[in-house]
Amino acid sequence: MLNNMLDFIPKIPVAEGTKWFTEKITDYFSFLFEPIKEHFGNFMDFVSESLTAVPPVIIILLVAVLAFFISGKRLGLTVFSIVGLWFIYNQGLWEHLMSTFTLVLISSLLSIIIGVPIGILMSKSKTAEAIITPILDFMQTMPAFVYLIPAVAFFGIGMVPGIFASLIFATPPTVRFTNLGIRQVSSELVEASEAFGSTGSQKLFKVELPMAKATIMAGINQTVMLALSMVVIASMIGAPGLGREVLSALQRSNVGNGFVAGVGIVILAIIIDRVTQNLNKQK
Amino acid sequence: MPVIEAKQLSKVFGKNPKQALKMLDKGSSKEQILKETGNTVGVNRASFSVEAGEIFVIMGLSGSGKSTLVRLVNRLIEPTEGSLYIDGEDLAGMDKKSLRRVRREKLSMVFQKFGLFPFRTILENAEYGLEIQDVPKEERQKKAKEALEMVGLGGYLHQKPSQLSGGMQQRVGLARALANDPEVLLMDEAFSALDPLIRKEMQDELLDLQTTMKKTILFITHDLDEALRLGDRIALMKDGSIVQIGTPEEILVNPANDYVEKFVEDVDRSKVLTAQNIMKRPETVNMEKHGPRVALERMREEGLSSMFVTDSKRNLKGYITADDASEARKKEVGNLQDILKNDIPKVDKETPLNEIFDIIYDSPIPVAVVEEDKLVGIIVRGAVIAALAGEGEVNIGNA
Repeated sequence: MLNNMLDFIPKIPVAEGTKWFTEKITDYFSFLFEPIKEHFGNFMDFVSESLTAVPPVIIILLVAVLAFFISGKRLGLTVFSIVGLWFIYNQGLWEHLMSTFTLVLISSLLSIIIGVPIGILMSKSKTAEAIITPILDFMQTMPAFVYLIPAVAFFGIGMVPGIFASLIFATPPTVRFTNLGIRQVSSELVEASEAFGSTGSQKLFKVELPMAKATIMAGINQTVMLALSMVVIASMIGAPGLGREVLSALQRSNVGNGFVAGVGIVILAIIIDRVTQNLNKQK
Repeated sequence: MPVIEAKQLSKVFGKNPKQALKMLDKGSSKEQILKETGNTVGVNRASFSVEAGEIFVIMGLSGSGKSTLVRLVNRLIEPTEGSLYIDGEDLAGMDKKSLRRVRREKLSMVFQKFGLFPFRTILENAEYGLEIQDVPKEERQKKAKEALEMVGLGGYLHQKPSQLSGGMQQRVGLARALANDPEVLLMDEAFSALDPLIRKEMQDELLDLQTTMKKTILFITHDLDEALRLGDRIALMKDGSIVQIGTPEEILVNPANDYVEKFVEDVDRSKVLTAQNIMKRPETVNMEKHGPRVALERMREEGLSSMFVTDSKRNLKGYITADDASEARKKEVGNLQDILKNDIPKVDKETPLNEIFDIIYDSPIPVAVVEEDKLVGIIVRGAVIAALAGEGEVNIGNA
């Protein structure tokens, strides 16, 4: 009897509907997706190839110098960067490293470009906050693999769908922290800025964003780390890089190769994390 | 024409402010309205006007609506009802652009917790008001520097606010407000976050500055001492309404109702009033210019039996008695040095009355009031007693 009650409504075709919807979008917007796939893909290849064309020793030195100055002239991060990057080179993973780095760099930049303005909008409007917050929750809790499916439908395989999936997965922290950072600016400072007759944009750029900078940077740091993790997952849809090495090691049950590529990802993650965190600490 | 004029200015926070206003008309209390409608009455029909060059103090306990009231004056809070005129222009009905213009040109605000931008240097903080008006960099830096020098911070231009003490930070707040050269200064509990000594110093400094700059100042405080020291006139607030407006003396002597009376009855006059409140202008002789003959002549003119002696810089040197001076004249002594007495009873101008009492009781001559060794006034016995009794000439507010 009770079971009958639950079965009263037949299965709602959510999966079918989503599939249909995705197909329609793919059809209707192919005029948009196709050129993005082509031009953006070319651009990504260009960045990746340019990075690979630079002699590794120069990149290692540049990263070391950057790490040295950004960590306040301490040696720890510098030495770690040199040894770590050399190790990746030594293991023959340099090209993969450059691909992974390109993906992380581009997708993080896009996340920031998209995320910060959305965060500002949220901080200024309660309605916007009420609408966007659940969307962000959804974006972050949905298993990351799921984004790969429409990404392939829209953009085929390769770097571009990897960026797309990463954007969805990695943008929320930047949006949230931007919103939080601006809302946390003390009301007295906002009042001070208004009392002197600031316009809305003067208030935003001269007071709120500078005050929220540290919080926004913390969000960006998280976005970059999430982008890195997504870029690894995106190897499943053909994104090149260290992730693909891990994936192929998994498929061949090759513990050694898997471990080495994994260590490579860890090294990259640590360097990126420490560098972005220290960017934050600088006043 | 008054610089600031508020007419029936009201602010109700909540969803149904009109209903709350109607209830106020019928005489409901703030608590009743909160209970029945959920609306909070911030300010209830406040009317007052502030003349140019006046320090108008709004005083009340926390929750009395004084901070809301000052924010209605520059419309950081939108009034529910009533009008507010700045130089005859109604702020309440103004569009955003005109409001910005008035804020930029006429009103500057100083905040309780300073409201300084921590990521900007002291100079950049002081520049802010001019920067947002797109004043060219050189000009605005010049004006900001002048304002900082005025408050004694000329040497700290490139420090960050966090490197300065509280008192110095509030000086920056003041300089930032002054750099715009506004007509009106709104000071919201500006000195409340400072410790008592620094607070007094800042009050003195504000009064000093005011003698030269003659701004119209609306000063908010919960501290009666401060109100009495600074205010040309004081408005007392309770539960969002102004209960009395008057000079400090009027409020002390003629409290409008029980509330005000209760408020001021706790004021121990002997603690509130200080030497400078009851001192008289001193009659002195200058030992570098005058001899016993002149001194005697002046004592006779003023009907005094003794007189204080200073040098040309008004540094207090001692006193002479009429007897000694007359003796000296007979002996043809040419200067005052020889008959100078040094056992002068003296107090600082900040000394409260209760401490002066003992000194003056034992002293045969008036007490000298000094500021950094300079003679600024004298106190005679009668003045202390009159002040304690709440009578007589009390020069409150005049430092």
